[in-house]
Amino acid sequence: MRDVHDVIIIGAGAVGCAVARELARYNISVLVLEKECDVAYGTSGRMSGVVHAGFNNKVGSLMARLCVEGSNLFEDVCRELDIPFRRTGKVLVAFDQDDMRALDRIMAQGKANGVKGLRLLDEDEIRSIAPGVGGIGGMFSERTAIFDPFEFCIAHAENAMDNGVDFSFESEVTAIRKESDVFSVTTSKGIFKARLVVNSAGLYCDKVSAMAGVDKYKIYPCRGQYYILDKVADRLLDIPAYPVPKPGIGGLGVHLTPTIDGNIIIGPSAEYLDDPDDTATTAEVMDKLFAEAKALLPAIERRYIIGNYCGIRPKQAPESEGGFRDFVIKEEETCPGLINLIGIESPGFTASVPIARMVRDMVGSHMDLVPKKDFNPVRKGRVRFRDLSREEQQKLIEQDPEYGEIICRCQNVTRREIRDAIENRFGARSITSIKYRAWATTGRCNGGYCLAKIVDMLVRDYHMRPEEITYRSSGSELFSGEVK
Amino acid sequence: MRSCDVLVIGAGPGGLAAAFSARKAGAGDVIVLERDRKAGGILNQCIHNGFGLIRYNEELTGPEYAARAISEASDSGAMILLSRHVSDIRKENDGSFSVSAYTKDGIEVYRTKTIVLATGCRERTRGNISIPGSRPAGVFTAGVAQNLVNIRNVMIGRRVVILGSGDIGLIMARRLTLEGAKVMAIAEIMSEPTGLARNVSQCVQEFGIPLYVRTTVSRIIGKRRLEAVELSDLDRDGKVIPGTARRIDCDALVLSVGLIPENEVAQTAGVRLFANNAVDTDRYLQTSIPGVFSCGNSRHVMDLADYVSEQGELAGRNAVHLINDQDMESWDEEKSNCMKKGFPEEGSVTCTICPNGCQVVWDEKAGTFSGNRCRRGARFAMEERSNPVRTVTTTVKTMAGDGPLLPVRTLQKVPKDKVVELVSELRSVRVEKPVGNGETVFSTDIEGNHITVIATSDCGE
Repeated sequence: MRDVHDVIIIGAGAVGCAVARELARYNISVLVLEKECDVAYGTSGRMSGVVHAGFNNKVGSLMARLCVEGSNLFEDVCRELDIPFRRTGKVLVAFDQDDMRALDRIMAQGKANGVKGLRLLDEDEIRSIAPGVGGIGGMFSERTAIFDPFEFCIAHAENAMDNGVDFSFESEVTAIRKESDVFSVTTSKGIFKARLVVNSAGLYCDKVSAMAGVDKYKIYPCRGQYYILDKVADRLLDIPAYPVPKPGIGGLGVHLTPTIDGNIIIGPSAEYLDDPDDTATTAEVMDKLFAEAKALLPAIERRYIIGNYCGIRPKQAPESEGGFRDFVIKEEETCPGLINLIGIESPGFTASVPIARMVRDMVGSHMDLVPKKDFNPVRKGRVRFRDLSREEQQKLIEQDPEYGEIICRCQNVTRREIRDAIENRFGARSITSIKYRAWATTGRCNGGYCLAKIVDMLVRDYHMRPEEITYRSSGSELFSGEVK
Repeated sequence: MRSCDVLVIGAGPGGLAAAFSARKAGAGDVIVLERDRKAGGILNQCIHNGFGLIRYNEELTGPEYAARAISEASDSGAMILLSRHVSDIRKENDGSFSVSAYTKDGIEVYRTKTIVLATGCRERTRGNISIPGSRPAGVFTAGVAQNLVNIRNVMIGRRVVILGSGDIGLIMARRLTLEGAKVMAIAEIMSEPTGLARNVSQCVQEFGIPLYVRTTVSRIIGKRRLEAVELSDLDRDGKVIPGTARRIDCDALVLSVGLIPENEVAQTAGVRLFANNAVDTDRYLQTSIPGVFSCGNSRHVMDLADYVSEQGELAGRNAVHLINDQDMESWDEEKSNCMKKGFPEEGSVTCTICPNGCQVVWDEKAGTFSGNRCRRGARFAMEERSNPVRTVTTTVKTMAGDGPLLPVRTLQKVPKDKVVELVSELRSVRVEKPVGNGETVFSTDIEGNHITVIATSDCGE
């Protein structure tokens, strides 16, 4: 690693990874600092997995413009980086005449934002597009899509790495100092220096900005709880179904979304908190979520629930204000060289690539960005054994018998896929990192069958001691040691 | 493609018994497909004793019971094929079935006249019951904890709270205690423990572990690793009573909150299930698809492996009857329902000779015992009054086997108050050379009595 990097990016969520990959195209040195052991451990790994079309955002806002731009190029990016993507469309479900009237406003807003493929639906039409969904009518958005958010972050980071970007994980930023045009960034892993700093710290962007002397932002963490349903329920819905958003709730309302892998998720709630790390679920909210989801899709049953999780939105608008405040994407006048990305909540994931391009232009105003001749934009993703035809599966098993051994029975993940996940490029060996890559432990048995087998692989093949095995980053050790 | 008369899916007690009895009833080729590298199913991690009292008329540990069931099946001529993960069942036009399985050599297809599903069950998880709170490391289901502790040599924590008083949870309470952990509490949402009385008595009360009924874990606390749980009292409707929450510091939470029949393979064949995932069979154990039978925990979760075996036998026999166009035999649902569950009655001794769990009471005036269904009960109660003894089961470390641990038990019974001492003595024992099931790995003297500790499973070559 160099003594002084051209750019340090703080945070390896969707936006940080997209910025890293964008800057990897040029002949500059880039370092990404991440406090967790892997990418997508914060807000980016805890969302709905929907590519928004851009009709929900205020006309003329950065959110609207970047969301529409991002939505338009998302599919190409996914193809280039081998990220699972499916253009499902989405329905907004209206339950009464107020909702129907609100839809007119949303349609108009969408059109003004340049969103294509929006149309109103009557009761019959909504049933034919999304059988099983309740309501009296709604709106269809043709451009909305679903994708794999984990793979998005991993793919961008891997491709950035392939093209020369450095990453330092478990490196929590604790101080930033600027001396004669060079930033010194102090982390739990030592001091790193750079000419420019991109603050993509998500929930901690206000604090990171303050460390650099720009103490004018405040993030209001807003929690969203989710339920995950068993794949046996996947037949109930193959398109995201949202209620018509109510103004001022700070989110898009509790919705149902099929994930790219076939599990329907329900959520998220919107609860303002003090602690940006408080991803606990609560009984009251979970009950409410389920009731609201049942209104949208009456056929769902409690017994389909196999898990729950929480995401936290880095909001700039406090609860009293509700709703959204536009993204701040700017270089601070009072701290030249600090590029702040503040309040990147929904639709930040969709907008991540356009945000990265804006950052690139800001970086370009400080240094010459010479495109690398050998930049390789293509990244090959992993094998998804369960999605292959029988013939393809047979061929893989012939190549490597470890493809013939199913380790995760719920999601049909093979030993070889687990091995590939363990041997990931970032050296992240937590159970969560294996889960992000191989999708093991995510099924109906919550790892009841595969966890012990994965632990066995980590101990025998990778010589980890039980007490070194973590669930997430360090501090989340799963075991107290050997029995004897 | 291999053909057979009866294809059994799963080599746990149900599947092994089905294969054995199908052969005995005259079936031609009988094949058992098992996804694990070892036959025996969940019995392999159940290193405790209490198995076999009905089927073999003696008390065995899980691995010993498995070894018998495996020999019976193989000796009968059934073929047990390991590391075969069945993916789906398809009905063919001629009335037979094709069953596909993933193996290290590729995808195999079997053609069979009949199928016995013996795929067991899985545990209900935190996700299924939606316990509120954070999601730190340190929350395990009891079966996973059992696998980690008994097979993988991985200790899940030092201060443990258990939610649920099903048998696996109770067994794990004792197991974890013997391995040096402190079980802080067992919480049960019902008004009685749901496990067998003999387990409540032997695994919980005997070790002084507090068991709270009408109580639940109302919150999980801890960001990265579990720090504590909150226990709350429940009202008669099962709702948390506000203001009753108390915090218990712990580093592991073990969930023993129920079992769900595992029928994903069955579903590929279109077998009809109940809402609780159990299989809707007729009294001959035949599913909604003629020619497909179901037994054991995948059909309907049962309390005892002995009954699972018995039901497996019937399913295997009926598969043969069907092929031969003979009358099938009925399963008696009542049979497996005679065991005492919940708290032992006060002032009585819970007989642990068999799973019935008779509540034996000494009548001072008459000078006799009552409550016991057989003479063994009186003998047991007498011994409990004068000189209580236990068979000790645990593991020892080995360098000779496939895994790091070898399950063992004492050949003789050990005075109750010496159990903990013996288990801790065994912690330093190392088995460095291969040993067979039943061979001695350690011996000692306790109060002048010779105690032999034997392997309960083969280890090495």
